[in-house]
Amino acid sequence: MADKSLEMVECGHRACGGCGPALAARLILKGAGERTIICAATGCMEVFSTPYPQTAWKVPWVHSLFQNSAAVASGIEASLKRQGRDEHVICICGDGATFDIGVLCISGAFERGHNITYICYDNEAYMNTGIQRSGATPFDASTTTSPAGKNSLGNSRPKKDMPQILAAHGAPYVATCSIAYPNDIIKKVERAVNIDGPCYIQIHTPCCTGWGFDGSKTIELGKLAIETGLWVNFEIVNGKLEKVKKVKRKPVEDYLKVQKRFAHLFKPSLNTTEIAKIQAIADANAEKYGIDLKI
Amino acid sequence: MQGNIASAEGALAAGCTFFGGYPITPSTEVAEHMAARMPKIKGSCFIQMEDEIASMAAIIGAAWTGARSMTATSGPGFSLMMENIGYAVMTETPCVLVNIQRGGPSTGQPTMGAQGDMMQVRFGSHGDYSIIALCPSSVQECFDLTAKAFNLADRFRTPVFLMADEVIGHMREKLEIPDSVEIVRPKTLPEGMLPFTPGPDGVPGFAPFGTGRYTHVTGLTHDERGYPDTTNPARHDALVRRLVSKIEDARHEIADYTIVNEDAEYVFVCYGAPVRTVKEVVDKRKVPKTGYLQLRIVWPFPEELLKRFPKCRAFIVPEMNLGMIVREVGRHVKIPVIPVSRIGGELHTPEDLIEAVKIAESTT
Repeated sequence: MADKSLEMVECGHRACGGCGPALAARLILKGAGERTIICAATGCMEVFSTPYPQTAWKVPWVHSLFQNSAAVASGIEASLKRQGRDEHVICICGDGATFDIGVLCISGAFERGHNITYICYDNEAYMNTGIQRSGATPFDASTTTSPAGKNSLGNSRPKKDMPQILAAHGAPYVATCSIAYPNDIIKKVERAVNIDGPCYIQIHTPCCTGWGFDGSKTIELGKLAIETGLWVNFEIVNGKLEKVKKVKRKPVEDYLKVQKRFAHLFKPSLNTTEIAKIQAIADANAEKYGIDLKI
Repeated sequence: MQGNIASAEGALAAGCTFFGGYPITPSTEVAEHMAARMPKIKGSCFIQMEDEIASMAAIIGAAWTGARSMTATSGPGFSLMMENIGYAVMTETPCVLVNIQRGGPSTGQPTMGAQGDMMQVRFGSHGDYSIIALCPSSVQECFDLTAKAFNLADRFRTPVFLMADEVIGHMREKLEIPDSVEIVRPKTLPEGMLPFTPGPDGVPGFAPFGTGRYTHVTGLTHDERGYPDTTNPARHDALVRRLVSKIEDARHEIADYTIVNEDAEYVFVCYGAPVRTVKEVVDKRKVPKTGYLQLRIVWPFPEELLKRFPKCRAFIVPEMNLGMIVREVGRHVKIPVIPVSRIGGELHTPEDLIEAVKIAESTT
């Protein structure tokens, strides 16, 4: 069992107050333990956790580049194996590094079957460079490269389904979780690092700066995403959906209205057409994963 | 206005209708500005790609639909674009790349200025080739040179690079936007002429997809039809020599520069951000016997301009790298050429350059 008192990510880093990814980093290491090597892609977490001349990491940590964490991890894992060693090799990368620029290397690593755990902290945009859209940005969210305005309703495409893409690679374990449920993260990471083969975990990490909400509400936002069905916590084991977090669903407005990135759907007037489209995304999630609690 | 925004505005003024890009510090403002502006311009397309490899590929694709296309990036992104840059050279695809240079190698200094990519832009992709590289030293030049880059790309059917740096890209200055900018589109392909048959200037006319001509585009060595012919030594020799000479032969005609004090004994050769310090030393402080050559087009290198200083005893080349263009100057002259290298992200101080003049005086 994971030692929940273990702190392998130190305090004093430079994340924003209320940073979702910072919480995720701490929880990941509680699940993975001390015998872990981290490959980090370029991104917020890389920058805030390693401010010169300090580092928050108490485990070996390598900043790869933006696109290649899974390939660097492949090399580490393959070499360790030849040496008879069995440290946990974990990639921790943001959604830009995972959904967009890094897909090639991730796909290669999963196809070759390296014994690594790839963890995406998903804050749904490029936050390190100042809030540009990524393949993980939800439908209608305003970012600096999908700005809402007279000619645009924000990001015009739905979020890419990375967990299913990795499941389709034949990964033995694919899971989603949220910083709103800390024990769930620890449990899932612990499970993944103890499974032989490439595992994928995607953690929903609300970003107060990029999404536009008060830093004291991060956990609340994470919960709302799940309670509205816009984020689903599940486990896919050997291709089979095994466990899903069920909820008594709330309307998506409850989640959207508290974030500036969706403010254009409420002002100057309520855009019921667009909100209905987002509700349909939540309804489809509910249907696909069977998240609705039977009352 | 900020240099990066001025560059985006210069592109729009020149009729750029396609931007494919990917966020990277310190160039991101170019993409962000295009994302905000382009949806309002009919027929324009801003597209965020999944990485810089894809960004470069997308602007090549767009160029073959007849659009003026552009991307913007920095250090690591520029490295990722290299294979596609060679492809654009080989396929003679007109397009514009803005590189807001930052400290390297690797991730280096994302928020600090540098001129460390000046050799990479010239030689970074594999094989022999030539390109055109422009270097702005002010916000106004960001606008003017980006607009100009599109005309050069079209005229020579080649990728053209705006090699700015973080200092200029993030600088805010007054910008005068002209009522209109000169727009020279590529010459069309004359009836009966094959798509890769060069004109007298070595440049073929351009027939984008859907303009009534059968066009076959490949990165393989090809004949005038564009068909692969990869084992004929004479074919490869003629093609690659033409790709180089169509640009190199025009280097003096297209030279874009400022010369101050042709009688100077100590002459700064400068481009980009260091121009500002040189101007302080020569124009404002009027340090005796000094003058300068500011290059706004660095590649192809117009070496004849070095002869415009008949009394010159030494050239001094301040660069924000460990000495790149200084080598180019050095191989064309027989007098001392003194590098003033500064890396780390800060501009040269006037004192750095005055010290270099003293060194030059003591050694000549």
